[in-house]
Amino acid sequence: MATRYLRRYEDRDRMNHWFIALMFVLAGLSGLAFFHPSLYFFSALFGGGVWTRILHPFFGVVMVAAFAILFFRLWRENVITPADREWVAHSGDMLRGNKAAMPPVGKYNAGQKGVFWLMSVCLLVLLVTGVMFWQPWFANSFPILLRRIAVVLHAASAVGLILGVIMHVYAAIWVKGTVRAMTRGTVTEGWARQNHPLWHREMTGKQ
Amino acid sequence: MSSLQSLDIAKRSATTTNPPQARKTIEVAKLIDVSSCIGCKACQVACMQWNDLRDDVGETHGTYDNPRDLTPQSWTVMRYSEVEVEKDRLEWLIRKDGCMHCEDPGCLKSCPAPGAIVKYSNGIVDFISEHCVGCGNCVTGCPFDVPRLSKVDNKAYKCSLCSDRVGVGLEPACAKACPTGAIRFGTKEDMLDYGAERVSDLKERGYANAGVYDPQGVGGTHVVYVLQHADKPEIYHGLPADPKISPLVSLWKGAAKPLAVAAMVGAVVAGFFHYMKVGPVESKDDADNKADA
Repeated sequence: MATRYLRRYEDRDRMNHWFIALMFVLAGLSGLAFFHPSLYFFSALFGGGVWTRILHPFFGVVMVAAFAILFFRLWRENVITPADREWVAHSGDMLRGNKAAMPPVGKYNAGQKGVFWLMSVCLLVLLVTGVMFWQPWFANSFPILLRRIAVVLHAASAVGLILGVIMHVYAAIWVKGTVRAMTRGTVTEGWARQNHPLWHREMTGKQ
Repeated sequence: MSSLQSLDIAKRSATTTNPPQARKTIEVAKLIDVSSCIGCKACQVACMQWNDLRDDVGETHGTYDNPRDLTPQSWTVMRYSEVEVEKDRLEWLIRKDGCMHCEDPGCLKSCPAPGAIVKYSNGIVDFISEHCVGCGNCVTGCPFDVPRLSKVDNKAYKCSLCSDRVGVGLEPACAKACPTGAIRFGTKEDMLDYGAERVSDLKERGYANAGVYDPQGVGGTHVVYVLQHADKPEIYHGLPADPKISPLVSLWKGAAKPLAVAAMVGAVVAGFFHYMKVGPVESKDDADNKADA
């Protein structure tokens, strides 16, 4: 029997996703260069410290703009429901690889939803606080105390975002058959039945 | 402005290891005796001249402060405050504002560019402009609101305490030019001794609260003031009473950053070991149909 595929993402969403990922790498590496002295060598990738400082906010703004499109396309499917609480209660089973113990989920499980909202909140905070100390354009419009707070929040939400992305990438590698949802736009029916049974039913009308 | 071979570096921005420490040098300080200052601005002129700085011609704002604020071209500015400490007794307090050269510099702590800010072992805090990336963190890190970012080249500037002169055994240009001896330069120890003498003179003259301003919240400074009213430093154009590096800066630049780096690296390592222990989640059909995929 030939493998049947279900469409999980349209091409425009996939392209947008990869564009965001690219911008995340650029904004992330250029930001980490200033995050800790041990990571300053990343500035070499962007033509030195000054260029890294100049480019970083532009990478960030472009990433947030692209993510905003993704956000408005996906947020409804990521609304937290009471059923998600049960999934969270069983997340220990999930981590131990005991997939069978997990309650059936729709298009996104509670972990994916959590990552979605974590990234959304972090990116919003990164945008707002980043503008507040963006030299030389906007920083001088904000009092110094506000800029001190902004720098701390910016760095903290950057850490939140990076941890979210690490989880996101790891989950995609860990659950086999997931990556093709973004590289090809489709997943196998078997993958859907096992990992997202309610979505599988919705897509195929089958039990 | 640029690093000096003649001075040893004691602290370096965005650097986690120790600089060479074999040589010990004497700590220096500049003492500004506000009670002897006549507000002639010779120090401002000397600063411009020695450092080859020329600020734009500004506008008058009805005060003697000219320019109105520190700028990338004006590393020191006289601040004129008219205050009545006692009723009906006007005092004209003139404070030479500029970098205080903190023992624990907030600018250096908040700077993300390795070596863009250094503290020499003699106590002078200097901006090494060729390493400056122009992020403005020093501006937010400073408890005295001193560094200024240039709109021309996006580099931060401030008083260097004439590190180039001090490095070859000269006193700073402002101290050299001061006609009343209100600006003195020497070892920190000598300056504190001299300051104590001035304070006892002032006390004899009726300034009961005279004192030396050497704020310990930043570990002491290498620019110290003699103030007639040391109990109220704020009346000297807002000189902070107890300056400290903001906890927002010190917490973040202290424990939080290495912990955050550890968390990020730790998450990746934890993922790797989780995969090796638990193994991937595979669906049966996928395994069967790998050839088709």
